[in-house]
Amino acid sequence: MSASEEVFEKVRETLIDALGVDDDEVNAEATLIGDLGAESIDFLDIVFRLEKAFDIKIPRGELFPENLTSAESGFVQDGVITPTGLQELRVRMPHADIDKLGDSPKLESVSDLFTVGMICKFLEAKLAS
Amino acid sequence: MGLNGAVFIETYLQGNRQMRWFWIDRFIKFESGKTATAVKNVSLAEEHLHDHFPGFPIMPASLMIEGMAQTGGILLGETHSFKHIVILAKVPKATFHSWACPGDTLHYKADLLDVKEEGGIVNVTATCGDRLVAEAEIVFAHVDQMDADVPASADQKNFVFEVGLMGILDVGQSGTGN
Repeated sequence: MSASEEVFEKVRETLIDALGVDDDEVNAEATLIGDLGAESIDFLDIVFRLEKAFDIKIPRGELFPENLTSAESGFVQDGVITPTGLQELRVRMPHADIDKLGDSPKLESVSDLFTVGMICKFLEAKLAS
Repeated sequence: MGLNGAVFIETYLQGNRQMRWFWIDRFIKFESGKTATAVKNVSLAEEHLHDHFPGFPIMPASLMIEGMAQTGGILLGETHSFKHIVILAKVPKATFHSWACPGDTLHYKADLLDVKEEGGIVNVTATCGDRLVAEAEIVFAHVDQMDADVPASADQKNFVFEVGLMGILDVGQSGTGN
């Protein structure tokens, strides 16, 4: 099993435990909120489990940034993420596929960035560093 | 719950010190940041046991979870001197193996698995003598007063002290003073 397959398997196990989903529901493209039914509190549980499974520390906000698109941030205008906001997303979430959002994405689409693949990419970078 | 309901409960909590929501009786062991054990004596004097169930009084599993969460929540809260509001966020796993009836003494043993700035996770077992009654994993979140949706009156220190939950931490003395 390659290193990235190993990471994926552990992430899959973690999500099965944390979200009570079936193993065939967990694939790289699955979104945590939309497809796997995660709620905000599950993110903390997922971080606890990933830290244990991979024996690493994940500082607050590193994997799942907080307050990215709050009203005060200035990164959202009329429900759409501004170019500055998109730039901020790229900085804060280098492990996420920001390009898939397009040029002027709606605020709601940010949750689609949180995918199983995003977690794997984050962990691979973390483990390599 | 409507706004009126929320205001009512808030007023009730502030004005009525009689509200009792203790699902543990006493801590018998407390190792800061590691483990804590609390006891819960199940008594036929508890009203709810007569409805749960008529003719077959057993401690409701939901209240066992509450006692386990109080044990684990205080263990977690103490690690940061009750600076954060600790709320029960999630019970990812809970298994009930048997039951507890009047006259039983439940021991809730909580082990702190991990603490982070955002919250903590504990593993708790409930035993009655050698018998394993229940086991659960409980995730707590730290809520800060600055966070939206947290009423200004919510203050863990006040909450824990005012409802008298902290008193449970004063490990009880027996009649002989030991």
